[in-house]
Amino acid sequence: MVLEIGIALLRIVAVLAMVMVMAGIYGWFERKVSALMQDRIGANRASIFGFAGAGLINTMMADPLKFATKEDFVPSGVDRLLHTLAPCVGLFAVLVAFAALPFGDTVQVGGRYVPLQAVPLNVGILYILAMLSLSVYGVVLGGWASNNRFSFLGGIRGSAQMISYELAMGLSLVAMVMTYGTIDLQEMVRAQGHLIGGWLPAWGIFYQPLAFLLFLIAGIAETKRAPFDLPEGESELVGGYFTEYSGMKYLMFFMSDFIEVGVVAGIIATLFFGGWQVPYLGADGFHFPFGLSLALPAVVVILLQLATFLLKVVFFGWLQILIRWTLPRLRYDQLMWLGWKGMLPVSLFNVLATALIVLAVQGSR
Amino acid sequence: MSPVVFGILAVLLMVSAFGVVLQSSPVRSALSLVVTLFLIAVMFLLLDAPLVAVLQVAVYAGAIVVLFLFVIMLLNLQDEPRAMARASILFSAVLLGSLFLLALLRLFIAPNRVRFGVGMMSAVSPDFGSVGSLGAQLFTRHLLAFEVTSILLLVAIIGAVVLAKRRLA
Amino acid sequence: MTPVPISWFLILGAVLFTIGTLGVMIRRNVIVIFLSIELMLNAVNLVFVSFARQLHSMDGQVIVFFVMTVAAAEAAVGLAIIISVFRNRETVNVDEFNLLHW
Repeated sequence: MVLEIGIALLRIVAVLAMVMVMAGIYGWFERKVSALMQDRIGANRASIFGFAGAGLINTMMADPLKFATKEDFVPSGVDRLLHTLAPCVGLFAVLVAFAALPFGDTVQVGGRYVPLQAVPLNVGILYILAMLSLSVYGVVLGGWASNNRFSFLGGIRGSAQMISYELAMGLSLVAMVMTYGTIDLQEMVRAQGHLIGGWLPAWGIFYQPLAFLLFLIAGIAETKRAPFDLPEGESELVGGYFTEYSGMKYLMFFMSDFIEVGVVAGIIATLFFGGWQVPYLGADGFHFPFGLSLALPAVVVILLQLATFLLKVVFFGWLQILIRWTLPRLRYDQLMWLGWKGMLPVSLFNVLATALIVLAVQGSR
Repeated sequence: MSPVVFGILAVLLMVSAFGVVLQSSPVRSALSLVVTLFLIAVMFLLLDAPLVAVLQVAVYAGAIVVLFLFVIMLLNLQDEPRAMARASILFSAVLLGSLFLLALLRLFIAPNRVRFGVGMMSAVSPDFGSVGSLGAQLFTRHLLAFEVTSILLLVAIIGAVVLAKRRLA
Repeated sequence: MTPVPISWFLILGAVLFTIGTLGVMIRRNVIVIFLSIELMLNAVNLVFVSFARQLHSMDGQVIVFFVMTVAAAEAAVGLAIIISVFRNRETVNVDEFNLLHW
């Protein structure tokens, strides 16, 4: 009993640690990748004994230290409880969304089956959607509790945007659920281990390319990154809903931004790109389609799968950072048009087409 | 699940429920309601209803109360210095509430009302409360209610938009 | 599995329902009254789910599903009404919604 609680706690702590490291990596990418894209060097001034690590020390150690030691400024006339609560709620919502993502298959350790997932849920995707819809509170409270008209405007814009794009997100996930016939994320990843036509891994993107595109766009809109970053509006609203925040609270908003990038990347990797599945890797080694087989010990297989998942998450976070520094900002009415009149009908059409195809395929069996 | 977990959750639930009713700031009342909804979702999880629990968080706490917050902020409602009704109404309301609660409690803990289930709960099948079983019920036995509810939501959307529109005079 | 008798859940539901009723009776801000009504609906949901668990029937959870949907519709329309009343009366104090008073 105590052992089970201990294992569960260990899983949760391990996932949280990986998430924080991921957020740090994204922060580093943000500065270095944007610098490379804009033909400049980026942050490289902070170093430990001359080791600057291409900006790694600067972003992952100097920046958080700077935020942690800054003065925690609370503007006058605000509700202090709400002002402090807003970044906490935002961070909480995106941190717990990671609980349902599977990092690896169920391993057998000493006669006990341990799923490499923080919490094995049988309502996996719905849980993630629910937690992402809780992240709206961070935005709307941050805007309201700042006693500042521009923050409030940014907060309202941000929350309206997030609610609008939750629809397209949910509907594209409905199409995925219909394709795989299950809501459990671990089952979905396992189902992507098969091969189509004997050689192509049955990844979600080959079944649902339109849902992938819709989910990517909706995910970027949920994280309020460019081209959907009008709520932040760096050239118009100063900082949007987190203008009046400094120090640790600002760091929490900042981190929740990157962790949400990680959540979206994690969901894309899990649903559309095979999750922890390495192509042609079974539980006992590689089985290539042209007859070659390579036996591997179970530990190596597990580590390979874990590394693959992390690599995919990092890749899709990098993709989002790339998109952010490429595309110009959408105007607010364009953003709302895209969410309601553009993506919602397309995702409904996708659901309908998927339903018809699934019905036809199952009827012919 | 042990009585300790239930006890902690019950105490927190009552604290947040009183927070909804007794706080003078409407925004804080709404946030107390979010906490209450979240805790009730946890209760649902303990009662083998995982789908209803996540739906509670996604729909109720994630959308409905956000709508409440939008309206509170749109109308710019500040803290009220005199949030409660006057003392006579307060007294009679508390009295009536207590009587009501006593009546309900008598109903629920009367020892001879076995059919209200005063006993322990027996084990349940593993897919009780899962998406599949709820979906099966919704699409077979309760299909009519399901379709009518979708029309109800459409009517509510149209009604809300029409009622809240600014009339261009 | 769950060594908690169902009557505890029912008592908790009853207490929450009563707190919600108190909120409706003693608060004068119409939005807080709405929030108390939502609290009452949630207490009822808790009781439904408890009975579903006790009687091994999914009907309780189906009812909760519909209660949530209807609560969403009711909240949307109710808040729209409050907004249009606020536009005319500039107040959300229910004591002042008295045009139909005799």
